[in-house]
Amino acid sequence: MSRTITLTRTPRWRRKVTPATVVLHVVLSIGLVATLLPFIWMLLGAFKTNAEIMRRPITWWPEAPTLDNFRAWFFELDMSRYFANSVFLAAVAVITTLVFCSMVGWALAKLDFPGKKALITVVLSTMFVPGIVTLIPGFVLVANMGLVGTYWGMILPGMVGAFGVFLMRQFMLEIPDSLLDAARIDGAGEFRIFAQIVLPLCKAPLATLGLFTFLGSWNGFLWPLIIAQRDSLYTLPVALALYTSATGDRGAEFGLQMAGSVLIIIPVLVLFIAMQKHFVQGIAMTGVK
Amino acid sequence: MTSAPSRDVGGETLRQPRKYVTLAARRRRTAVVAWLFAAPFVISFGTFGVIPLVSSFAMSFTDLRVTDIRTPFAVNFVGLQNFIDVLSDSSFLNALRNTLMFVIFGVPVSLFIALVLAVMLNSLGRRAATFFRVGYYTPVVTTIVAVAVVWRVMYQDDGLINSLLASIGINGPNWLADTTTALPALTIMAVWRSIGSSMVIFLAGLQAIPMDVKEASSVDGAGAVQQFFRITIPMMMPTILLNAILTTTGFMQFFDEPFVMTNGGPLESTTSIALWVFRQFQWGNYAMGSAAAYVLFAVIAVFALIQFRFLRQRT
Repeated sequence: MSRTITLTRTPRWRRKVTPATVVLHVVLSIGLVATLLPFIWMLLGAFKTNAEIMRRPITWWPEAPTLDNFRAWFFELDMSRYFANSVFLAAVAVITTLVFCSMVGWALAKLDFPGKKALITVVLSTMFVPGIVTLIPGFVLVANMGLVGTYWGMILPGMVGAFGVFLMRQFMLEIPDSLLDAARIDGAGEFRIFAQIVLPLCKAPLATLGLFTFLGSWNGFLWPLIIAQRDSLYTLPVALALYTSATGDRGAEFGLQMAGSVLIIIPVLVLFIAMQKHFVQGIAMTGVK
Repeated sequence: MTSAPSRDVGGETLRQPRKYVTLAARRRRTAVVAWLFAAPFVISFGTFGVIPLVSSFAMSFTDLRVTDIRTPFAVNFVGLQNFIDVLSDSSFLNALRNTLMFVIFGVPVSLFIALVLAVMLNSLGRRAATFFRVGYYTPVVTTIVAVAVVWRVMYQDDGLINSLLASIGINGPNWLADTTTALPALTIMAVWRSIGSSMVIFLAGLQAIPMDVKEASSVDGAGAVQQFFRITIPMMMPTILLNAILTTTGFMQFFDEPFVMTNGGPLESTTSIALWVFRQFQWGNYAMGSAAAYVLFAVIAVFALIQFRFLRQRT
């Protein structure tokens, strides 16, 4: 034990470094490498030729790193279109969810009106309904509206969510009434109070909700897969799923598949690492009331 | 002091002199304003959330098929026939069994690893804890379709996983092609994707344990191990059960992994209930699919109720 202490330099560490913490860090690091191994393998594979990926024994570092897999996505397939579709749909979902869920969350948190309890019950009880339950009738509805194969068919069902209402309401309940009464006495209307007092206080839950909504839209594939129906409406996951399924056009081109995966994951990873604090807050908020 | 805000809000104060408004009128006004706030959500969620939910239930008592899609109200009422058909269908029962196996093995493993990780992370400094937390959480945020691509390659008979196993002398199976290993392979992948979120909830629970309780127990001479089993675990019980409910509810809806990895194969060994419902949708058996979806809903509700009971008993 004394030996590990003499190895360290700063006094702050000296107190902490014990054999136990060294073991702890080593175990956690090994686990972390195992956890991240699929991403490492994906990134390395994206720069390998298909022949190299299929060769045995397996190689780790790409022998002759190539950008052909990425080039194929942009020049042989319509990657920029899929990317734009994904960005557009995610942006719309984030904006509508933030605006509409914070509005109803506000009404449910601080305003009294007939039907409030019923609305809260509906929101809370639908949070636990499995998504597959509404798939078939949702499709029948959208088909009868004539929206299959349109952006509207992909946008409308994803505009709001029960989780967003729950999250916003939970946070808004904590806003002190005295603050709102002060604004009312000064003559501010409810809309002004909402826009100028409440929303600026809700930056943290709005950031969290925005992130989760973005992720849900960016990663979602089942609904767009059913509704898109044509190449020009495909989102990134839909394109990847269709082209890379075993029966798809590119089913055997693993290098291309890995490159597509890298292209989907990079924006999410950047966003996640930049805003990881808000993810943790959101998860913790759902878990511990 | 009064002049500044009144100038700020303009004519609004003049339009509604509050002291003359009766209480009833103010209540009415608040109600109107509140419903205006709620309106966009209520319309959107009512149309694309509540209506499908209710019609899914109604649909399950009819003979609706894809051919009736334009006339969804001109169908025959068949009572409980769809539920009888679903529950006596051997492929559905197989899907139910696969789903339960997935839950029974996947949920405890996921929760156990997440709890161990959370306890380890909780004893680290802030920077190291953040670093590891971000790393272990990464699989949660990434796209399943993209992740499936790399896992399919890793699970190949002579792929990365079997190469690594071979280097320590284990002869790995052909994971996704063998009916006995395909479901475990997908379970491993799902656990990998779910550990992060349980871990973060556990961490929040651990941080909520008051320090003085731990200090008091160390003053009384409790060791680290004793402290873990006598203080940490009992105080974490609500969080553990909540996590169990969330994870079970999520795992019951097992769909993504079999859909993108195996399409339910080989020989239906990875078909889950949700995937079975999707098949009915693809084949146009809308009413059957809805009935099966409600069976899944019921199974989830039963599990959640049992766990809630347990939660209330223990706290």
